[in-house]
Amino acid sequence: MVIGEKAAPPVIEVESLVTHYGHRNILGGVDLTIERGEIFVIMGGSGSGKSTLLRHLLGLRRPTSGRIRVLGQDINDISKKELYRLRRNIGVAFQGGALFGSLSLIENVELPLREHTKLDDSTIGIMSRMKLEMMNLSGYEDLMPSELSGGMLKRAGLARAVVMDPKLLFFDEPSAGLDPVTSAELDQHILRLRDALHMTIVVVTHELESAFKIADRIAVLGDGTVALTGTVQEVRESDDPRIRNMVNRKPRDEPIDSEAYLQRLTRSSRR
Amino acid sequence: MPESRPTESIAAPGLIERLGANFLYFVEQCGMMGAFLLETLSKILTPPFRLRPVLKQVHFIGARSWLVIVVSGTFVGMVVALQFYDTLVRFGSVSLLGSAVGLSLIRELGPVLTALMIIGRAGSAICAEVGIMRSENQIDALECMSIDPYRYLIAPKLLAGIVSLPLLTAIFDCVGIVGGYFVGVVLFGVGSGAYFEGMAESVVWNDVAMGIVKSLAFGLIIVWISAGRGFFLHRERVGAFGAEGVSRVTTNAVVLSSIAVLFTDYLISSVML
Repeated sequence: MVIGEKAAPPVIEVESLVTHYGHRNILGGVDLTIERGEIFVIMGGSGSGKSTLLRHLLGLRRPTSGRIRVLGQDINDISKKELYRLRRNIGVAFQGGALFGSLSLIENVELPLREHTKLDDSTIGIMSRMKLEMMNLSGYEDLMPSELSGGMLKRAGLARAVVMDPKLLFFDEPSAGLDPVTSAELDQHILRLRDALHMTIVVVTHELESAFKIADRIAVLGDGTVALTGTVQEVRESDDPRIRNMVNRKPRDEPIDSEAYLQRLTRSSRR
Repeated sequence: MPESRPTESIAAPGLIERLGANFLYFVEQCGMMGAFLLETLSKILTPPFRLRPVLKQVHFIGARSWLVIVVSGTFVGMVVALQFYDTLVRFGSVSLLGSAVGLSLIRELGPVLTALMIIGRAGSAICAEVGIMRSENQIDALECMSIDPYRYLIAPKLLAGIVSLPLLTAIFDCVGIVGGYFVGVVLFGVGSGAYFEGMAESVVWNDVAMGIVKSLAFGLIIVWISAGRGFFLHRERVGAFGAEGVSRVTTNAVVLSSIAVLFTDYLISSVML
């Protein structure tokens, strides 16, 4: 590395990532660089491969080819032990919260601390309550996940993801299935986490409004490749038709191939 | 390379292709389940050891099954005594009733029927629980929190299965023998001394050992298959996720573990007899 070129190395580097489900090509050469301390939004419609990309970044899937470096380590080239050590610096908030149904809210948030630290019970309790307080969840500590609303589950998942004060936070679909007010509140939480705890935050979403509000930079995924990476301004002003359609909420108009269309309709439906 | 549109890729596959695909799928499943068992066993055998989660699972698989086992054990003992009495009385050798009941319960019926009851009560629950955890990303969440799902989730269940089944089988055998006593001695008037004397004479250590070996193996098989089917929910070929997927793998786990139990029963009997 050339000294002085860049102060801190990027948190995540993805190089020509290619992946398949069976024979189906999902990602066809994705390149990304995510810098320290930024809120990076990965955006795309359903089926664009953004969830798959997230699973790759978390090391939950192995790519067909390509390289992924997270916090300086190639996550497909390290042992399981090293991967687990690396993941202690990473928090993940899953779409539906992914709280454990057999544990109460506070027990869910305490779990990473109990597993990875030797802190005593009262310290663990205080640290977990701080995070619940931060997410406006105080008073619900002893409820079970099944007793919480969708928005509360998301916030609880976020509280659990940041309880270890990770350097890097992933958030899958923060606003999916939430009302506009709750969704705006979650955006506030994300901004506050970055400002207060200096986390690098990667958000995967299909919601434009939320993306434009929180993002420092946005990568727009389309058909398994990155159509554009840039600031909010750059995405707004892009003249790539796919991005224009998304920004203007226009349905994509694919030319209809009448021959193929007829063939699809008349194909005997056997699976 | 087939494109993303399914229209082009699926030409109606012929018989050979489907056979091949099914075979490959079967091999893949076997490999996955084998690796699953080895991984879990290695987690059981390496520190850190934790007692609490295991006790919790023993409570679920074992302690909360006692009523089912007592009730079914009683009736099985009674019907076995009834059938043997009816047969033995024709040969005038009702004094053999005790040994017949004791041997059949301790060697065969106790372990097998306990296992089948536990498959229905606990195996299905384990499979559904793990399957739902998989479909709701909870297992991924464990991974992402650097908590090994094998160690945290599966190992305590497997260990609890291996611990609980012999104990439940012992309970089953005991109440079965009492049930047989009730029918044979109380209802049909076989001598109480003859009932227990015959049993004590004919049941040897090897019979008890066979019962224990079987129940240990069944405990392992039940939890292995049930938890494994749920754990690999996402690797199913068709419509994996969601409620339908969970219900299908659960049914499948119950059928598969029942068959595996009966097959293993034969294997162990043939080796140890």
